[in-house]
Parts: sequence; structure tokens; C-alpha cells
Amino acid sequence: MSSTDLWYATRASGLMALILLTLTMVLGMTTTTRARARNWPGFAQQEMHRRISMIAVVFLGIHVVTSVLDTFVNISWAAVVIPFTSSYGTFWVGVGAIALDLMIAVFVTSLLRARMRPGTWRAVHWLAYLCWPVALAHTFGMGTDSREGWVIVLGIVCVASVAAALAWRLREVSRQTSARTAHAAVAGVPPKHLALTGQGRRGSRRA
Amino acid sequence: MHSVSEASAQTTGRYRLLGHPTDLAGHVATLGPAPLPSGNARGWHEAFVSVLEASGLAGRGGAGFPSAIKLAVAHAAGKGGTIVVNAMEGEPASDKDKLLLIRSPHLVLDGAQLLAAATSARRVMVCVPEGREQVAAAVSLAMAERAAAGCAPVEEVLVRPPDRFVAGEESALARWIESGQSLPSFRPDKGTPLRIGRKGALVHNAETLAHVAMIARTGPDAFRAHGLVEDPGTSLVTISGAVEHPGVVEIDRGTPLIDIANRATPTGVPQALLVGGYGGSWVDPVHFTTPYASLSLRAIGATAGVGIVIVLGPDACGLMESARIAHYMAGQSAGQCGPCVYGLPAIADDMTRLARGHVDAGLMARLERRLREVHGRGACRHPDGAVNLVRSALSVFAADVATHAHGTPCGWGSRTSQLRFPPAWRAA
Amino acid sequence: MMRILIDPVACDAYGYCAELLPEAITLDEWGYPIVDGKPLPRELVDTARRAARDCPRRAITLRERKGGR
Repeated sequence: MSSTDLWYATRASGLMALILLTLTMVLGMTTTTRARARNWPGFAQQEMHRRISMIAVVFLGIHVVTSVLDTFVNISWAAVVIPFTSSYGTFWVGVGAIALDLMIAVFVTSLLRARMRPGTWRAVHWLAYLCWPVALAHTFGMGTDSREGWVIVLGIVCVASVAAALAWRLREVSRQTSARTAHAAVAGVPPKHLALTGQGRRGSRRA
Repeated sequence: MHSVSEASAQTTGRYRLLGHPTDLAGHVATLGPAPLPSGNARGWHEAFVSVLEASGLAGRGGAGFPSAIKLAVAHAAGKGGTIVVNAMEGEPASDKDKLLLIRSPHLVLDGAQLLAAATSARRVMVCVPEGREQVAAAVSLAMAERAAAGCAPVEEVLVRPPDRFVAGEESALARWIESGQSLPSFRPDKGTPLRIGRKGALVHNAETLAHVAMIARTGPDAFRAHGLVEDPGTSLVTISGAVEHPGVVEIDRGTPLIDIANRATPTGVPQALLVGGYGGSWVDPVHFTTPYASLSLRAIGATAGVGIVIVLGPDACGLMESARIAHYMAGQSAGQCGPCVYGLPAIADDMTRLARGHVDAGLMARLERRLREVHGRGACRHPDGAVNLVRSALSVFAADVATHAHGTPCGWGSRTSQLRFPPAWRAA
Repeated sequence: MMRILIDPVACDAYGYCAELLPEAITLDEWGYPIVDGKPLPRELVDTARRAARDCPRRAITLRERKGGR
């Protein structure tokens, strides 16, 4: 492959990875508990989240490998995982390395999910919230295609999707917290009309 | 605190838990020292276990589990464990454990020491809820007497868990001791011992331990001289409700329910009896002569539960009282399991509508479905108790259900409740 | 005979198990699973294993129960 081919592959696979990661994020954030949308196939959604994340990882792999193999610029294997050690594009490749490290952590812990404590798994999985914006920053910071109109539109769509999913998620969380608190409050306090302490009128037997 | 009366002197025979001297010197002078092992540990252990088995003692904390089996399970958990004295007494209508610890603390502590010897435990922890200062003071005093006199081979400690209904559930108590969180555990495998950390824990109701201490002194026959073959011995029962002399009595197992209620002089002809507390069951007048014993009560669809008998007077609404209980039980959920957190308030809500005569077409079917679906789906037995209470109400007060369901409630519901609820709950 | 056991403390009503095994698990009105008491038919065991593995709260275990009830 020529350097130019590798370069195109790096750029294309990078954008694909961003799109797929965005989709993964949205699918992951819009899961609900308590079967709120009763006929919604939540398990299928979780499966989609998993499978799309795997495809994203494949594209990410192509992106990383082609960028190292491309001899036109010097990015070593080490620079891919150790941030800010690349001689080419030190800062933005470094940002990409951070995103990759976070991605690896999330991915590996998910593969080993059954073998770790749920709290640990969840804490690491939440690094995805950090990984995605860092990946987005790397995409536009590298600058290669980020002045193209369609790439800018793509970026806006990705940001809007994640923002919308996040807003939805926060609303769900607060809705469920207040539902539980409301239940507890109602259950813990005797309704006034139960007249525990004789506040009600003393009735006589009605016919 | 609700007033408690002295145990009646009518208890037959030599075997009784109440009425002995409270102080250590008097206790030892009257009953003798606790028969703890002094030499041959193995021989003592075998003798103790066989005495306990022969007595047929079952737990007095509500579950009625055979104490000898519980001991064997705890013994298998190894040495260095904890004997937990459960004096949490979460049922608002129960006073027996409070009274026992105030009047005969040394019996309870002797029982704990005996079980500690039998399981090679390293400590005894007495659990008295926050806020029960009279009981805590009595226990502290007794512990100090024992420590001074050298009557406590295993260390005795008083601890104060939170005053909530589920805090007395045995796995919640073990968890609180271990981590400060008063939450029941999901224990699908009956027969696995409770643990605090890596060591075993044997949790017993305070009254059960008092029986252990008496049986170890008097032998199994003195215990079996009371009660029935299948449910031997005596029990402490708290009687409350529409009665003139509420309080705690000591009765033989197998005493007819109405005889127990009559000890407190009901103010009128009882409409129903509530046996076993707010997690127990209502009993219809037609069954008032049922013996107070596990099998006899189960045969009529009730449970013995904790020693509680509440008399529902003639001018009260059984459905409204049951609705109040359902709301109370819903509020006492530990909040861990969906069916309990959401199901109990929903059931309480349905019961309230029924009690007030605000009945929609689907209410009875919905209530029945919810009762069926909530039962057995919590980690502990709390929702089951609430469900059984409501089910028994619908059965015993079936005539009222019919009139209320037609929108014509009896009107007694707005009267002051004849039931006891904790002050914090009443004030809300 | 294999049975499905759900830890009610861990369960947060995601509902995935009922989605995978409607033959054995239904949801109550609040979204929590009700397991019917019958032993699991052999053809559903693999799906049950999957539901247990993929439950987000790891609330499902499968138990061998010998004999009848």
C-alpha cells in the first residue's frame, strides 16, 4: 500500500470510529430501568450497544495501525498508547492516545465483566464519558479534514446526539430517584384521613 | 412508653421466666448459677445439646425455628463467633422482650453464655434499639453486675441499632453489626449459617435465650410439662387493643386464644383477634378457641408469629385498622426490593380506598393480584407478613368487604385507632 | 431440573430477563420479574444462561434443584 492509501485509510477509519463510538454512547445512555417503556426491547438495545462498540474498536484498530505504518509521518507504536510522545503532531496525537487508553480500559473490563466486582466494572465503564469527548477533540484537533463542510456537520450531529442522550439520561435518573423518594414518603407517613390520633370525627354507624 | 403490667402469678408449675429476682445475687440464690461447663467440655456439650433437643424449644422471635437445629448450624460455622441477643422487638404491639430484659436480664444473659459455651463463641452482643433507654439501662446494670462477679466467661456487650422494624431481622442485625448498615440479606440457601465477617453468628430472640437458661437448669421435662407435645413450653404474650388491662402475660403454649385475650379483660365482645402482630393474622370469632400453637394456628390460616394478641373491639373497623397497619408496614420497608418498595404502598392504598368505601370497579381484583404478586418476592419476610395480614383481613372481615365495596363503609373507621404505632409515625 | 433464582436486592428492573425468557419470566406492574415456579425446560437453558450472564445487575443465578418441588 502506498503512503497515500494508508493516509486515506487512517482518516476514513478514524471518522468511522467516531461515528460508531457516538452511536455506542447514545445506545448506552438511553437504557432504562423499571421497564419504563414496557414494550421496548431493552436487551436487544444492550446487544446493539455491545456489537457496535466492537465494530468501533475494529475501525479504531485500523485507524491506529495505518497511522503507525504510514511512513510519511513518524508515529511510533509506543506513541499510540503513551500520550504526547509522538514526534509528529505531538499534542493532538497525544490526545488520541489518551482516548485510546481509555477505550482499551473500557473494552477490556467489559470483556472480563463477569470476573470483576460490579462497582469496579461500572467505575471503569464510566470512563467512556471522558473517552468520547477526548476522541472528538482528537478528531477535530488533528485538523486533517476538520475544515471540510460535511465533516463539520458530522461533528455537530455527533455532539447533538450525545448531548440529547445525556439530557434524557439525567432526566430519567432524577425521575426515578424522585419516584422512589415519593413512594417512601407516602409509605412512611400515615395519610391524614386514617385518623390515628382521633383527629377524625367520631362517627356513628351509618345505615 | 405503653405501660406494662407484672406477669400474672397464675402461671402454672415451677417453670416461669418472670417473677424471679432481678438482681444477680437474688437470681443466683433463687435459680442457682448458670450450668456452664467447668471441666469436661465435650461431655458438657453433648449433654447440653441433648437437653435442648429433648425440650423441643422453638424460637420465640416469630419464626418458631427449632433451637437445637439452629445451634447445630451455628456450631458448624466454627469457633470465635458471636451470640447475638435480639431484643429489637420491632413489632409496635410487643413488650415482652422489654419486660424480660428489665425484670429477668440475667436469665437472658445466662442463655447467651450457655450458647456461647456450646459454640465456642468469643462474645455476646445484646441489641437494644436506640431510644429504649430504660431497657438499655437495665441491661447495662446487669452486665456490670456479672462482670464484677465473674459470671460472664464470654465478653458481654450492649449495642444500639436503629429503631426500625426490619432492623430486628436476623440478617439485617448481623449486617449492622458488621458494617453499620441495617439491611436484610438475600439468603436463598436455608441452612447456611449467618456470618459477621468470617466468623459465625447465632441470633436468638431474648425470650428464647431465657428459655434456654431455664431449660438448662430445670431439664427438658419441666419445660415439656407445659404446652403441647408438638409445641411445648410457655410463651410471653403481649395483649393490647380494646382491653382494660393491657400487658404481658406468661402462658402455656396451646392455651386457647380467647383465654389469652380474657386475661386482659376485653372492654366488649371482640370482633376479631390479631395474633402475631402486624406481620401476623386476624382470627375470626369462630376460631377464638384455637390453641395458641404453631400447627393449630397454621391450620386456620394464621401464624403464631411473635407473642402478640390484639383485641379488636366491637366499635372498630377491621378494614380501616388493617389499612393503617398496611401503611405502617409499607413505611418500614428496608427499601431494597422493588416488590416491597412499590407493592406494599400500593396494597396499603387499595386497602385505604376499600376502608373508606371509595371503591372502583377493579379494586378487589387488583388488590388480590398485588397480594399474590408481592408475596415471596422480597429478600426477607417483611412483605410476606404484610401480605398475610391483609389477606387475613379480607377473609375475616369479608362481610365488611362486601358492604364497603358497595360504597357504604361502616363509619367506625374514622374513630381513633385501637392499635399502637410508634410515636414518630403517629406524629406525622 | 434447573431453576431461575433472582436476587431481589440486586435487581433494578431492567427487564432484560423477561425479554429473553417470556416463557418463564413476566414483569409485574412496576417492572420487576416474576419467575414462574416451574422447572426450566431443557430448550430454554441456554437462553437462561445468557440472561444470567447479561443481567446488568448480575441478579440472576441458575440453580440445580433435585427432585420435584
